[in-house]
Amino acid sequence: MEIIYDVIIIGAGPAGLSAGLYAARAKMSTLILEKDRTGGQITGTEEVANYPGSIKDATGPTLVTRMVEQTEAFGAKRLKAEVTRMDLEGSVKHVHTDKGVFLAKAIIMAMGAHPRLLDVPGEKILSGKGVSYCATCDAEFFSDLDVYVFGGGDTALEEAMFITKFARKVTIVHRRDTFRAAKSIVEKAQSNPKIEFIFNSGAKKIMGEGMVQGLELENYETGVCTEIWADPNDGLMGIFVFVGYIPETQIIKDQVKLDKSGYIITDEMMQTDIPGVYAAGDIRVKVLRQVVTATADGAIAAVQAEKYVDALEYEEA
Amino acid sequence: MLVLDKENFELEVLKASGVVVVDFWGEGCEPCKALMPEFEALSETYEGKVTFAKLNTSQERRLAISQRVLGLPTVVLYKDGARVAECTKDQASQTGIKQMIESHL
Repeated sequence: MEIIYDVIIIGAGPAGLSAGLYAARAKMSTLILEKDRTGGQITGTEEVANYPGSIKDATGPTLVTRMVEQTEAFGAKRLKAEVTRMDLEGSVKHVHTDKGVFLAKAIIMAMGAHPRLLDVPGEKILSGKGVSYCATCDAEFFSDLDVYVFGGGDTALEEAMFITKFARKVTIVHRRDTFRAAKSIVEKAQSNPKIEFIFNSGAKKIMGEGMVQGLELENYETGVCTEIWADPNDGLMGIFVFVGYIPETQIIKDQVKLDKSGYIITDEMMQTDIPGVYAAGDIRVKVLRQVVTATADGAIAAVQAEKYVDALEYEEA
Repeated sequence: MLVLDKENFELEVLKASGVVVVDFWGEGCEPCKALMPEFEALSETYEGKVTFAKLNTSQERRLAISQRVLGLPTVVLYKDGARVAECTKDQASQTGIKQMIESHL
């Protein structure tokens, strides 16, 4: 007979791991599926200073390692598998993956979000050739070179400051003239001597043969386009993109109710519009997408899933 | 596994015959650290057929840039010394690297 898990959690970032911890601790049979690397987006972060209790030198990866240990200690199973399709109606949900079909009474969707691209010519072909979405991975290649950072949120400003450890100069290009980043972060960036700003502007094109050598900016107020080329002595420059995120809801977009940006709509109990299906973390509509809110979502979703599964069993009995 | 630096890169990669797969990684790159065990597992699968090597780009930045590596993780496949294929970022996974090797064996 096929195993029917009490709950299958999709995604092993902070939301999914927290849901797994709470579910397994409540003695539910729990399976966590992850298609990529355990930990999600936080694994790309060098410093986690705003998760209460995270010690001074906590990094994204060290925090995730502890979360995994804690989750597995309570008996949650983890599997690397990519979900291709889900049947969510009815009392037994089917999760189709590249490793087979898994069944569960309840589902917690914690697939998170991935970085949004600039979506300009040259970006894709020069990705990994000077265009980057991960400062901790790639900033050191641009030691003593010029770097352009796109974005105006917390991530863009914090990563720009990190990149100044290596780069000669970092120019932040922002499409508005005010930042949505936290005030303390804006002030820190403004007082950094290596950081310059270009406002009301965005990328139009990225140029280069084999690596990034130039870019074209458009000023949205004046409509004027300007080409910027790497110093001939350098031969290359860096472009780091932090212009927001896109939720990983592609495979369920016709099944679960989403908002116009593609995030899953839930109530306060993390309940979606399908009974027994919950969402947690960056994937859902919310005001603050941080580790601390992701783990909170995961806990709530798991507790609600447990109540749902108990009620199912009561009905069956 | 073969550890590369600017001293041995030419001999072990550019003047080597057969297929050499090089994992360009960096000290601050967490996805690279996550990939390493998968890369090591692949090196066992292809033992005797493909040479697996790694290069620390934090120590050998210029060498990495000369090989047009500016984003991590990047795994480059060389055949008889010529750079013929690469997997970078999301494609630099166990599946992606395996596909790249299979299509060049």
